[in-house]
Amino acid sequence: MTSVKELSKRKDIFCAGHRACSGCAPAITMRQVTLAADTNLVAGLSTGCMEVVSSIYPYTAWRSSFIHNAFENVAATISGVEAAYRVLKRKGKLSANYKFIAFGGDGGTYDIGLQSLSGAMERGHQMLYLCYDNQGYMNTGIQRSSSTPFGAATSTTPAGVKIPGKQQFQKDLTEIMVAHNLAYVAQASIGYYRDLNKKVEKALAAPGPSFINVLSCCHRGWRIDPADSLKYSKLGVDTCLWPLYEVEDGVYKLSMKPREKLPLEEWLKGQGRFNHLFKPENADMLKKFQEYVDKKWERLLWKCGEGKEKTKEAGK
Amino acid sequence: MSKLKGWKDIPIGAIVPHGGTAFDYETGSWRSFRPVHDRDKCIDCLDCWFCCPDNAILAEEGKFKGFDMMHCKGCGICAKVCPPKVGAITMKPESDFRE
Repeated sequence: MTSVKELSKRKDIFCAGHRACSGCAPAITMRQVTLAADTNLVAGLSTGCMEVVSSIYPYTAWRSSFIHNAFENVAATISGVEAAYRVLKRKGKLSANYKFIAFGGDGGTYDIGLQSLSGAMERGHQMLYLCYDNQGYMNTGIQRSSSTPFGAATSTTPAGVKIPGKQQFQKDLTEIMVAHNLAYVAQASIGYYRDLNKKVEKALAAPGPSFINVLSCCHRGWRIDPADSLKYSKLGVDTCLWPLYEVEDGVYKLSMKPREKLPLEEWLKGQGRFNHLFKPENADMLKKFQEYVDKKWERLLWKCGEGKEKTKEAGK
Repeated sequence: MSKLKGWKDIPIGAIVPHGGTAFDYETGSWRSFRPVHDRDKCIDCLDCWFCCPDNAILAEEGKFKGFDMMHCKGCGICAKVCPPKVGAITMKPESDFRE
């Protein structure tokens, strides 16, 4: 793992002057991920905040090669670029080495781009797909996505009297990617940036396609203070809603076990989109959400070969 | 009707001359809070440099060098990631710095 001091001597690939909101956590993700790649890079972006803010004509925030095609096909686009690169290499027309990273938001990954992602991963291209998950379609005005957590108020699932926020639990994309039998799959959070850095280095060195899912909070959508962007991304991990783990060739490994598992309220309170959950009439929703998180955490511990006794008890 | 121009005769449009042109774009005017750095307290861990969304913290030879006020949007993340025991960065209202 490269130290921060070493990284600071590198030149930023995702440069200053992009037009993300102040305190944007996905922008930090972009920067840190591209810094971890110490070779020539080809970045592909699906439509989303990071594509929009970094490529406003005539400006581009990318110092590497950059390709954007459409919302649903960033994985297919990058896999095509990678295939062309391999052909050029084989014919001896290109001598430099390149790495390929496809970036997508949760909308472009969980919902719209799922089929192209699945296809590219199945074909086994030497690429990394990195999803920055801010739990909603934040770019277009905070609509719900399949990654939006239970109970969250968005513009399409407002906290009303009859229906208080989103009624479904979030989709577990990392597990879907594990089922693709990839060389490397990991779940990370921008709150734990050293861990993210380590995982990106590992994923780029993996022999085959790799996938990383990064929780990057959107302070506009989550209704928090911009300066707390990293705090809430970190709390998501500490409450075990977003555990940090990696899967190498089907073997689960927990990257970090919180010293003390915090109750989910720690993460929910302070976020404007969950304000209504703290009303007395919604207490059962809070309980349901906590039970869901506990169950998933227990299951993950079991997969990682930890906490077997507890799972047995849960099985009874 | 005269013959239409071929694609080779039409001037090339939409050129971005090189990578990283966004660097010339000023985002510093968005700022309403300004980070102020205390050299005596700073331990040069560079966590602020690593976590700045706008690359507005300059580092040289592994040491904190200063802020890039042309790009700093004043989000205050640097002040939050600075270890609590160190507290080398504070946010001051931008109005304090204007005449």
